[in-house]
Amino acid sequence: MHVEVRDLNKHFGSFHAVKNVSFEIEKGHLIGLLGPSGGGKTSILRMLAGLETPDSGEIRFHGKVVNDIPPQERGIGFVFQSYALFKHMTVFDNIAFGLKVKKATKAKIKDRVMELVELTGLSGFEHRYPHQLSGGQRQRVAFARALAPEPQLLLLDEPFAAIDAKIRQELRSWLRELIERVGITSIFVTHDQDEAIEVADEIMIISQGQVEQKGTPWDIYKEPRTPFVASFIGESTVVDKASELKGFESAAKHDVRALIRPEYIEIGSETDFPVLSATETGIVRHLHFRGSEWLVEVEVKGNKLITYRSLEKETLHPGQEVRVLVHRAYLFNDENSWIEENGLKVDPMPIMI
Amino acid sequence: MRRLWIGLTYAVFTILLIIPLSRIAVGAFEHGLDGFATALLRPEALHALMMTGLIVIVVTFLNGLFGIMMALYLVRATWLSRKLKGVLNSIVDLPYAVSPVIGGLMIVLLLGPDSIIGGFFEGIGFKVVYAFPGMVIATLFVTFPLMVREVMPVLQEIGEDQEQAAATLGAYGWTTFAKVTWPSIRWAVVYGIVLTVARSLGEFGAVLVVSGNIMNHTQTATTLVYQDVENFNVAAANGVALVLAAFSVGLLLVMEWAKKRKGVH
Repeated sequence: MHVEVRDLNKHFGSFHAVKNVSFEIEKGHLIGLLGPSGGGKTSILRMLAGLETPDSGEIRFHGKVVNDIPPQERGIGFVFQSYALFKHMTVFDNIAFGLKVKKATKAKIKDRVMELVELTGLSGFEHRYPHQLSGGQRQRVAFARALAPEPQLLLLDEPFAAIDAKIRQELRSWLRELIERVGITSIFVTHDQDEAIEVADEIMIISQGQVEQKGTPWDIYKEPRTPFVASFIGESTVVDKASELKGFESAAKHDVRALIRPEYIEIGSETDFPVLSATETGIVRHLHFRGSEWLVEVEVKGNKLITYRSLEKETLHPGQEVRVLVHRAYLFNDENSWIEENGLKVDPMPIMI
Repeated sequence: MRRLWIGLTYAVFTILLIIPLSRIAVGAFEHGLDGFATALLRPEALHALMMTGLIVIVVTFLNGLFGIMMALYLVRATWLSRKLKGVLNSIVDLPYAVSPVIGGLMIVLLLGPDSIIGGFFEGIGFKVVYAFPGMVIATLFVTFPLMVREVMPVLQEIGEDQEQAAATLGAYGWTTFAKVTWPSIRWAVVYGIVLTVARSLGEFGAVLVVSGNIMNHTQTATTLVYQDVENFNVAAANGVALVLAAFSVGLLLVMEWAKKRKGVH
């Protein structure tokens, strides 16, 4: 369903949890609310569900204001972080709950539940109780239960937070496929950027109760609109004086700071770079093995930069001198922020042969 | 040294529990089975046991209903401020701290025939103190925390998530309570009921003050035992006491069983 939120505000006591939040979600999209813990993501989700009342602002489903409609009538499915399964009911009864409440016929309930059991891969577990299931299975039950009454909007609060890393990976792609197949508009909350980037069509970055940026994962990665977004997405280091970086002297006047992602930096020996003048000398400080690559901490003029290095390349040692090339940086001061390419990367005096 | 402590513990246990209980049992049959039967079949004994039974039934019902509601409101109500909830929460424990006799006295002062409220009820022909309603109120006062204190921790532990999940699935208040909340708290309620029954069976002080202990009218089993002892009718007192003790032992067994089920869902 089409969801529209205007100037939403919510206080908890003196704490302003959600500040003037506005956004729109198109039908059938899968949206990730991403941000640090305590940033107001869950409050927004709960207000959409009707479990929390906004202090001011409007929530519209299909253009109709739903502020005064109780959660029972909103046509939403909600998957809780703790799953909140009814622990005294079997898997079958859990999934059937919403249909029984709506007084569906016995035959219809059975059909629908079996269909969902099939869809979520829970066949054979219908008569188990929640405490007899694994974390991943419980999550699937919670998911099936929310989908059973055919809601038009599915809300998921940190759906993978309580699951082991390995199974989480599987469940993510499973969830994505399932939501695509069912074709339901979905919003999920997460503090894990990998999860948001992998699962969502669109991401909303939320921090301190405000929407920092909304867009596709690629847009947000490529063009972060605020320093917060830039620093939140990806691992990055902040350099306080951007003008100290080679290639950024002219672009960065004083008081301009730079945020540099590991993948913006290249390190190597002098022969590795076509334009050596764009590089500068750095000293390798630390090496961390990351399973599939090295994470290298390199010091350049007192600034610590972080980059990755392929395992195929010659292994570096702490203390070793290397050449460092910063391809681009995300520059910002108090008013503005922009992306700047290294000014020296293009040979200033190409030799024509 | 260790043996000494073990011995001492058993000695205390025997002196405090076993000996009095056996003494009651032996005393009840002092005049044989016939003596026991006569003691119990006296009209005042039958009436006292009936009064106790009625009080237990009415008090358990009221305490069950209002205890569960109180626990729900103290844990779930969002319309009560946290501070007010804290105050109410401590007031619930008041009967633990106040002596039952003083509780009974408060009721007499508030609802007695000489008080304004009591006078009003008397005027419309409804006697509170020195009658059945007063005895129920006194017993309710004493037993009120029992149910609340059993149900509250369970409600806190299960949290609100399941109830909210039920709401998003379309269930309103009553359905949610019947299908989701009740199955989680039922064994705590059973436990609370057992405690309430046990406490109302044995209540003496508050009831004595409020009832006036009028034979064949407001006398309960415990106050009858008291009067029998006063009248040096020890065998009869033992007989009634044994009946009460037998009920209590039965309740203890139910309690053990309920305690085991409380953790199982």
